[in-house]
Amino acid sequence: MNKATTEIYKPDPDIVISAKDLTKCFGSFTAVDHITFEVKKGEIFGFLGANGAGKTTAIRMLCGLSKPTAGEAWVAGYNVETDPEQVKSRIGYMSQSFSLYEVLTVSQNIELFATIYGMTPQAIKQGMDQIFQALDMVKEKNTVVKSMPIGWKQKVAFAAATIHNPEIVFLDEPTGGVDPVTRRKFWEQIYRVSSEGMTVFVTTHYLDEAEYCNRVSIMVDGKIAALDTPAGLKKDYDCQTMDEVFRKIALTAKRTD
Amino acid sequence: MNNTIEINNLSKSYGKLVALDDISLSIKSGELFGLLGPDGAGKTTLFKILSTLMVPDKGSASMCGLDVVKDYRQIRLRIGYMPEKFSLYQDMTVMENLRFYASLFGVSIKDNFDLIAPIFGQLEKFPNRFAGNLSGGMKQKLALSCALIHRPDILLLDEPTTGVDAVSRDEFWQMLGGLKEKGITILVSTSYMDEATRCERLAMINSGHILKIGTPTELVAELDENLYNAVAKDMFKLLTLLQKMPEVLNCYTFGATLHVVGSNDFNPRKVTAQLVSEGIPDAKIYPAKGDIEDLFIKLMENTANE
Repeated sequence: MNKATTEIYKPDPDIVISAKDLTKCFGSFTAVDHITFEVKKGEIFGFLGANGAGKTTAIRMLCGLSKPTAGEAWVAGYNVETDPEQVKSRIGYMSQSFSLYEVLTVSQNIELFATIYGMTPQAIKQGMDQIFQALDMVKEKNTVVKSMPIGWKQKVAFAAATIHNPEIVFLDEPTGGVDPVTRRKFWEQIYRVSSEGMTVFVTTHYLDEAEYCNRVSIMVDGKIAALDTPAGLKKDYDCQTMDEVFRKIALTAKRTD
Repeated sequence: MNNTIEINNLSKSYGKLVALDDISLSIKSGELFGLLGPDGAGKTTLFKILSTLMVPDKGSASMCGLDVVKDYRQIRLRIGYMPEKFSLYQDMTVMENLRFYASLFGVSIKDNFDLIAPIFGQLEKFPNRFAGNLSGGMKQKLALSCALIHRPDILLLDEPTTGVDAVSRDEFWQMLGGLKEKGITILVSTSYMDEATRCERLAMINSGHILKIGTPTELVAELDENLYNAVAKDMFKLLTLLQKMPEVLNCYTFGATLHVVGSNDFNPRKVTAQLVSEGIPDAKIYPAKGDIEDLFIKLMENTANE
């Protein structure tokens, strides 16, 4: 595609993710079915849904890793289909499996990711100093990742996903299986980067964490079945907690397997 | 029937890493017992020893009165074990897997089908699908069916619900309730604190140690602290300010509110006034009812401070 598309589109600078009828089919199966939504700059956006609802497929498209079958999405000002590389350089991604090199030290891991993101050696040094300070990891920087407890690995993975100061960070179940104290410390980091202007797009199965998001969407059978602030959703569905809201909405799923 | 699990001073290390440190636990025949703890707590190591796949460094354990080291062959016939990682044959169909497990134990599917019927139900619709092509929830149901096909006396389930959504988790726990009624002793581990209340008794485990054992009600009753909810529009600022106050022992996020553990000097009215003066005009503080997760946090903080 030509560059013109990118230049003609002048998105609202406050909207960092904009999906319009975004769709992905695998053969006759529609994994993501015309989803339309926007995410504002600095927002903590919770992307919820049952297993198999289409979350991972949607995230892969938003990260420029998978081409939409129909519809379009703009992430950090670029079209995910025509400019996936521009999108990739402006976002961070952290998966549940953390994807760190276990035999490397904390610094080596971060340096590797920073280099892949094309940062200069000077920017890397500066960025590492800052991020180690912010995450309280200065003493651990020369520790080999393999020997660290899971809470530390989680911090390192978060550092690796945010070292290049991306506009948006995608967190795919970052807290699965983690103890309640570490899980909460992780959310304090999310609050911190969000207060500094970074947009956080996060999925989780812990529904208390949905309450910490500014807005939450719930996917059912490939579609966005609900989208609002946690307070708004609880009011609309007449529930006390997000856990109840989720159960009410997820139970409407028709798609099995 | 003696379907008990007895664990006496069990220890296991991997090099320098202590996975289990002198653990003792006694589980009754027919009990639905939960092992609650985060990743790395030692849960999987305990399951591997109980399922006779690993030998302890120190201590002993017995299943149905049989020793896990000496009597491992007999134990294997009497237990069902569902490991955390999906371990069926991905390139075999649903029915092939079930038939394979039945033949390993020399039993017929027909004779034992009543036990797995409520679980296997939906799977019956696609007997010829490869196990590798099933969704997460369906894989879990097939794995449980295969672990049950020989009518075990004890069922060991290692984190069966990790990564599973809230609705499917609910279904899974209902199935466990049905199995318990048939007299099967069930030891199940989880990292979801909300699942703890579904167990008759549970052990809270962290870094190879048992923090506490009891019924969910007994355990929550131990939370005798000054526990409060705190809310405001700017939750992050509220959290940061509360964490700095000397009369606040601990403050952490808890769903829609913050939970505040106050010292004896904690006065909700005074603290609210202070928060208002520090720029949170809408700060509200009111008493909270603690649950298992609050207790876990408290016990973890105590261990860390020792």
